[in-house]
Amino acid sequence: MVNLIHFNALKTIWIKECTRFLRIWIQTLVPPAITMTLYFVIFGNLIGERIGEMGGVSYMEFIVPGLIMMSVITNSYSNVASSFFSAKFQRNIEEMLVAPVSNLTIILGYVGGGVARATLVAIIVSLVSSFFVPLNIQSYSMIIVTVLLTATLFSLAGLLNAIFAKSFDDISIIPTFILTPLTYLGGVFYSITLLPEFWQSVSKINPIIYMVNGFRAGFIGVSDVAPSIAIMVLVAFNVAFLTLAWMLLKRGTGIRT
Amino acid sequence: MNCALEITGLRKTYKGGMEALKGVDLKVKEGDFYALLGPNGAGKSTTIGIIASLINKSSGSVKVFGYDLDTQISDVKKQLGLVPQEFNFNQFETVLQIVVNQAGYYGVKRSIAKERAEKYLTQLGLWDKRNDRARTLSGGMKRRLLIARALLHEPRLLILDEPTAGVDIELRRSMWEFLKKINREGVTIILTTHYLEEAEMLCRNIGIIDKGEIIENTSMKSLLSKLNVETFVLDMAPIEGPINLTSVVMRQLDDHTIEVDVLKEEGLNKVFTELTEQGHKVLSMRNKANRLEELFVHLVEQGRMTEETA
Repeated sequence: MVNLIHFNALKTIWIKECTRFLRIWIQTLVPPAITMTLYFVIFGNLIGERIGEMGGVSYMEFIVPGLIMMSVITNSYSNVASSFFSAKFQRNIEEMLVAPVSNLTIILGYVGGGVARATLVAIIVSLVSSFFVPLNIQSYSMIIVTVLLTATLFSLAGLLNAIFAKSFDDISIIPTFILTPLTYLGGVFYSITLLPEFWQSVSKINPIIYMVNGFRAGFIGVSDVAPSIAIMVLVAFNVAFLTLAWMLLKRGTGIRT
Repeated sequence: MNCALEITGLRKTYKGGMEALKGVDLKVKEGDFYALLGPNGAGKSTTIGIIASLINKSSGSVKVFGYDLDTQISDVKKQLGLVPQEFNFNQFETVLQIVVNQAGYYGVKRSIAKERAEKYLTQLGLWDKRNDRARTLSGGMKRRLLIARALLHEPRLLILDEPTAGVDIELRRSMWEFLKKINREGVTIILTTHYLEEAEMLCRNIGIIDKGEIIENTSMKSLLSKLNVETFVLDMAPIEGPINLTSVVMRQLDDHTIEVDVLKEEGLNKVFTELTEQGHKVLSMRNKANRLEELFVHLVEQGRMTEETA
């Protein structure tokens, strides 16, 4: 394992990635706070009051975990997708390729950057939401585990997107046409128990359901799926995406001639 | 002889069937200052890309200080510093971040990397710019940054792919001095360049590659000794009356300049004797063209003619 992960190189990539998103904080940290404030005001406050309770809590309390998770998903994904693709585009990825940095180290370094940004955004959005609704946390461990596993998974997904991407357009196609619909249909704004039985079954194919509900279980103790199932699904997807990313980098897909 | 680089039967065929390297064999001795020359598209950058593991080879073997690229890739990479042709650093990072990060990828601790950064950036005249973003640097500064970045992990073999392209002559000369210095300190250097004067001035040995094959691999001295004819430009006192030189081919450029093609074994004595006898006065003299440039063109053309007639 020591040969697979080079710790100094890993630390370097991670610091570089964190420096990058902190340097452009107006693009990376401020927008989620503004977007989430709008969601809280419009969906939570204005419309939410008319909806009443959902899952035994106020609508505002119900959507807070989903909105935080939505920020985690989009920020982890876009951080790695844009950073790795820019490194390919500017060719500064060659700095790592000529050095004795293992493929696993590169993956973990970039994913670490994505997780760091997603975690920071999650904290910011949580603080913003605390202005609108009191946060009664049921399980800190569930929250931490779900956030970290989700951020890791979508960082890996962003990396896979960037590996295949040949232009900047290619890194916006998946977020627009796949990620956003899946997130909105992933139970952020509603409980899937409201759906007819058939659509409940269909919804369970969507992995984001498990993330949102796992996180919601940690916050308000209410979930449409068992927390243990949510964790298992997340772990399985993480292992699959990590293996795929590793194999692609080993083959040199998208990075070597 | 310890080899810094040993390439055997190196082949590269790109997708689509373009054969960039057709069995390259090359040896570079430890401590050497070696020039790898060739026209555009000859295979220089492909060769360098394979050594630096940026390009996957089709077949053949590459060894760097005895370490095999196929089985000991980490050891190969540790020995190697690459100065690429293009500015491939992150333009938004500062000079210091770029070099310190690069050292980090090689496993160098940040504290040591910062010490080395000060050393190399100072030597290359960039220390004052350490907190500037790379995109704000001039072309010459960017070139020097590439060199500093390649040296931070203190490689034993430094490969420079056209390091002085687009650099003014004054700066180019200071870069030459720097490269000579690190070569004296024990770093083996392989250089590709389009400035043949640069190769002649710096390098002890030379390889010429064309169409994916090495067509010449020898010492600079023995290569230059192959040159039979040299052209000299003679600045004269105003030329009055005709000049008849029997020993050489002569061209009069204007009323105070002539050009003479002199066979190596003939020498210049006869030329001066004849000019003096005819009442012409030579004020100064210089070698017209870069000698290596002539040879280079000759060798490449010769190789192509042989190919055509084969």
